[in-house]
Formats: sequence, structure tokens, C-alpha cells
Amino acid sequence: MKHTRPLLLLVSLVLLPALCRAADEGYGYPFQGSYEATIMQTPPALKPELPKKIRVEELVLDVIPDLKKPDVFFYNEGLRCTFAYQKEKAPLVFVIAGTGGSHKAPRLMTLMKALYQAGFHVIILPSPTHPNFVISASHTHIPGDLTDDAADLYWAMERAWLKVKDDIEVSDFYLTGFSLGGTQAAFVAKLDEERKSFNFRKVLMINPAVSLYNSIGQIEGLLDKIPGGKDSIVTFFNTTMDKFTKFYHRGEFVALNDEFLFKAFQEKLLSTEEEGGVIGTVFRTGSAGMIFASDVMTNGGYVVPKNRVLSNTESLTDYFWVAIHLSFFQYFDEYFLPYFQKKRPGLTREALIEAQSLKSIEGYLKSSRKFGVMTNENDFILKPGDLDYLRQLFGERAKIYPIGGHGGNFEYKDNLAYAVGFFK
Amino acid sequence: MPVTIRRIIIALSLAMSLTGCATTATLPPEVPPMHSVSEIKDERVAQSKDSWEGFNRTMYNFNYRLDKYFLLPIVSGYEFITPTFVQQGVSNFFNNIEETRNLTNSIFQLKGKQTLMTLGRFVTNSTLGIGGLFDVATPMGMPVRREDFGLTLGYWGCGPGPYLVLPFFGPSSARDGSGILVDAGIRYALVSAINPDVNIGDEWDTIHAGVTALEAIDKRHGESFRYYGTEYPFEYDMTRYFYTKKREFESSK
Repeated sequence: MKHTRPLLLLVSLVLLPALCRAADEGYGYPFQGSYEATIMQTPPALKPELPKKIRVEELVLDVIPDLKKPDVFFYNEGLRCTFAYQKEKAPLVFVIAGTGGSHKAPRLMTLMKALYQAGFHVIILPSPTHPNFVISASHTHIPGDLTDDAADLYWAMERAWLKVKDDIEVSDFYLTGFSLGGTQAAFVAKLDEERKSFNFRKVLMINPAVSLYNSIGQIEGLLDKIPGGKDSIVTFFNTTMDKFTKFYHRGEFVALNDEFLFKAFQEKLLSTEEEGGVIGTVFRTGSAGMIFASDVMTNGGYVVPKNRVLSNTESLTDYFWVAIHLSFFQYFDEYFLPYFQKKRPGLTREALIEAQSLKSIEGYLKSSRKFGVMTNENDFILKPGDLDYLRQLFGERAKIYPIGGHGGNFEYKDNLAYAVGFFK
Repeated sequence: MPVTIRRIIIALSLAMSLTGCATTATLPPEVPPMHSVSEIKDERVAQSKDSWEGFNRTMYNFNYRLDKYFLLPIVSGYEFITPTFVQQGVSNFFNNIEETRNLTNSIFQLKGKQTLMTLGRFVTNSTLGIGGLFDVATPMGMPVRREDFGLTLGYWGCGPGPYLVLPFFGPSSARDGSGILVDAGIRYALVSAINPDVNIGDEWDTIHAGVTALEAIDKRHGESFRYYGTEYPFEYDMTRYFYTKKREFESSK
């Protein structure tokens, strides 16, 4: 504890130039660029003070009974959720993780603590794009459709609630989600209007995508700018890692920690294009796991030979290598679209793209006062016009920060205070 | 004679055709996937070889089960019954003993400043820190510098060799795995030199076994890594990559 003050001082000194610039706008988040904010996120000293120990446990849910799981996923025991609970009667907030995010995604653990501190129960669900969800909670095992994923999420939330409802007292239900999870929250809320299991009082969308197809275009676009283009994604990754190794050996670093990363950023080790490339690579790493899990579960013959039975000690390295080279567009056109066209003959590509957007339910979103949105002017997953659209849709319930990239300021103290305040 | 041979051939071909039937009945033939390695012209994700992959993956799964059915239940029991400050004291105590490993290997690498720093840490924590129960050296400006025999070998130019997953110890390499043995040997020799009564009497054996068990529990308690904890299908590859990278960062420094 007593080391916090000098540390805080030190960090504010280091950040002083950045802070001065930001202070003009009255918002103290330090990283100006969209990509740098997304990578660096929030320095520890600028996060709020949160409880270290809270009442929390992991829920493992049997969401789809009698589900056959291939041997290669032998470690999957069911859907994993994080559950924080109060002793007293309190409102419960469901949280949906962002693309590829698990029930233990660090930024969501921070949000959970902030909500817990303010007196809420919290349940975090992994993203429907996370392999754990694709395998154990998706009825089709084909992630990416907002309507289907919302139905799976709702079903999973009901199972989670059944599991805990005898142990806690709940006054109201709330819902939030980050990134893709934010967009999904809107669709889950819409489903709740019919099913009425929770009657969510308020729904907060944090850094949501307006249109999934546009957002994947924005993310894929980051990889167009790396040397050699997106087909050289691994070469780019290896080169970048070599840069970091050399930088580490040049400097007087004792450990691979925040300080090291911050220094690397300060010295502009990576160009803006390379920072974008790193973000694109992280997304692709997540999608590789999602594609593989989906392909094995459906026996889809996309990257794994159809009818191949994988043992639990078999090498998966080649599948990883192939899957990380598949773009979101390829997934959409070669895997996702054919599945839906087979299910609904006559479905056009355009109609499927339209369905993956807030615009497809804008009538509902406009009519309901329960929604709020938090995002940033320089969130790169949004296209020009998306911000105006969100403002027009939600009016003063759209909180738009000037900087922060895609969720870089998620754990910044002002942002967490706003998110918690929204539910208060 | 020819009749017998003919009979054998008939019997064999009959048997073989039957197995053929059995396979096709349960498993439809494999169909090549839409995308495969032949179309990729990029570098490999991890460029180091994984020559012992079969063994390693088996061991990875073994460690998962060792954790799940044995170590983690013991660790949670330990965390449940002991107060946090006791756990911290126990960790500090064993970390302080490990300073001997950091020290000997700093010497082996002829790193003067680091040797003095590590010696300073060990002496400070053993005295002011009451036998190592408290880490007073870190706030005094003497941060821990991890060294082990694997890193010493690396320092003198020995490559890591093939990746190796060890039971209990987890991700390692041929070089680092042998390093663990050497460090254990040195520690045993040091302990014997300080206390020549080692191995005299059953009582000592029991204490020794207890201390070793506590150290193993403390190690697992201090390590947040969980096998398959990410449920990411390529976790094995990621772990291999990051372990190798981390050692690359640490060695040659």
C-alpha cells in the first residue's frame, strides 16, 4: 500500500506530457492514438482502487444436455462463467465478453470488481466466439449470427440463473457487454422482451460494433498495411517479437512487465501501422481458435479433414497455422454464409450482412429507454457515420469519449465510474 | 503343404476384408479440408522444432490430470487453512532458499555485480528477514534476478535443444531440464555441507520429506498457470511458443 503513492507520482510524471494534452479536453486518459490506447490499455495507477478479495466462484454449466464432445476437447467440462455474489439482496448484472474473450478476461474482472464494490451480483459469460462457448453452449456450433448467438446467450443465462437463484437474492437484472458482446447485448435484450425471464431494467453497450461486417472489415484492414500483407501475418508477428527481444536486451530491464511495454511504446518501437498489425494479429489468433472449434464440432471439413477423428495427443500445430491465415471474410463467405443458405434457401449474402447489424433492430432500440452506449471517437472498429448513428439512436444516453481506441480506456477510473453509475 | 498355404492365404484375405468392412462401417472415409498447409507461404508460428511432440503432448495432458486430481485440491486445501500472511512467509522462505541457485549460477556466469546483489539479498533476507520469512531486500533496492543452470548453459552458448514437457515441472527444454537436475544436485551438496547430519536418522527423513512436500505445494500455489485453463484449442502451441520466447529473453542477458 505504502508504495502506491510514489508509484502514482512516478507514473504521473512519466505521463505528464500526455496528461497535459488530454487535460485540455478535461479527460485524463493518457494514450492519444487509437491503436496505442488499444494495446497499452490503462496504466495501473489510473485504474480505480478496487477490493482485492471478493466473494467469487466459477460456474461450470451443463448448457446442452447429452452433448457429444470429441476427444480432442476432453478438457471441456461445460460452459465456464464467473460469478461474484453479495450476501444481501442486490441487483444482478450479466456481462458478455468481447470477441474471443473468456469468462476471466482481465478487463471484465476489473468491471466485475467495480460492480461488486458498488453492491451488485455479477455473472460474466464468455463470448459466443470463445471456443468454450462454441463447443459447449452454441446449439449450432457456428458463431457469428447475432440472432442465434443471442438465443444461445439467453439460454446460457437462464441456466446460470437456475444454478445460483437458491443461493442469492436478486432485486433486478441488468445487462452489459463489451465490443461484440455489446452488440449481442442489444439482441439479448430484444429476446428478453418476448421471453421475460429477466426483464432487464437497463442495458449498457460498451464499445459495440454497429455492423459486424463493417467492423470485421475495419479489423482486416489493419492487416493490409503490414509488410507483405495479410498472407505474411506470421512473418510479421515473428519480426515484431524479434524487435521486442532486441529491445529487451539493449535496455536495463529485469522483467517482462508493464514498465518494459511502456518503455517500448515510449521509444516508438513500433510504427502506427505495426501497432495496427499487432491488433489485427490478436484478433486473428482468437478467430483461429473459434474456426477450429466450430469446424471440429460440426465436422465441417473447413480446416480439419471431414470425418477425421482427432486424438487428444495429436499435433494441432498445422491447423493453427492454417486457421490463423483465414480472414474473417473467408469465414463469412466460405463457411458461415453457405451454412445459413442451406438452412434458409433464398437467403442472400446482403440480407445476412444486414442481419448482423444494430440497424436490423433499430426500431426496437429507438423505442426503448433502457439502453445506453459507451464508446470512443477513435474506436477503429467503427466506420465513419457509425458514431452519428449511435448518437441519433441513443441521444444523451450515448457517452462518447474523445480518445481510448477500442476499449483501451475500459479500466480507466472515469469510465468504470460511468459504467457503474449507469446501473445505479 | 501348398494346400495349407492356400488355406492360410484364404483365411488371411477373409480376415482382412472383414476388418476392411468394419472400418468403413464405423468411419466414413476422410475428405481433404477446404484449406490446408499446402496453400500457406508464410513463416511457421514457432520456428524452433518440437521433435518430441508426441511425448510432450502426452505429458501436457498428464500434468493436467496431476493438477486436477492431486495437486490443485491440495493447494486449495492449503490456501483454505492457512492465513495469507503465512502463505506469503512460506513463499518468501522457499524463494530465499532458491537464492542459492541464483547465486551459484550468477557466479558460473561470472556476473560480478549480480552475484553481489544476489548474495546481498540472501544475507539480508536470512538475517533481517528472519531466516527468509520476509523479503526485506526488494524494497531496499535489491530486486530478485532469476538464474538457473539452464540459463548458465545458455549464457555460455548452449542452445535450448528440443522442447520438453516434464512431469510436474511443465514446459522446459532438453537443456533446461538437465539444468533442473544440476541445480538440484548443487543444492543437495550445499545443504549437506551446511548440515553434515543429513540422512542420519528417520526423524530427519520425515522432516525432510515434509519440507519437500511443502515446497512443492508452495510452488504450485505461486504458479497461476493452469493446463487447458484458456480452453483455447492451440494452447499447447502457444505455451510452447511463449516458454521458448521467455527463456530466449532471459538468457543471453
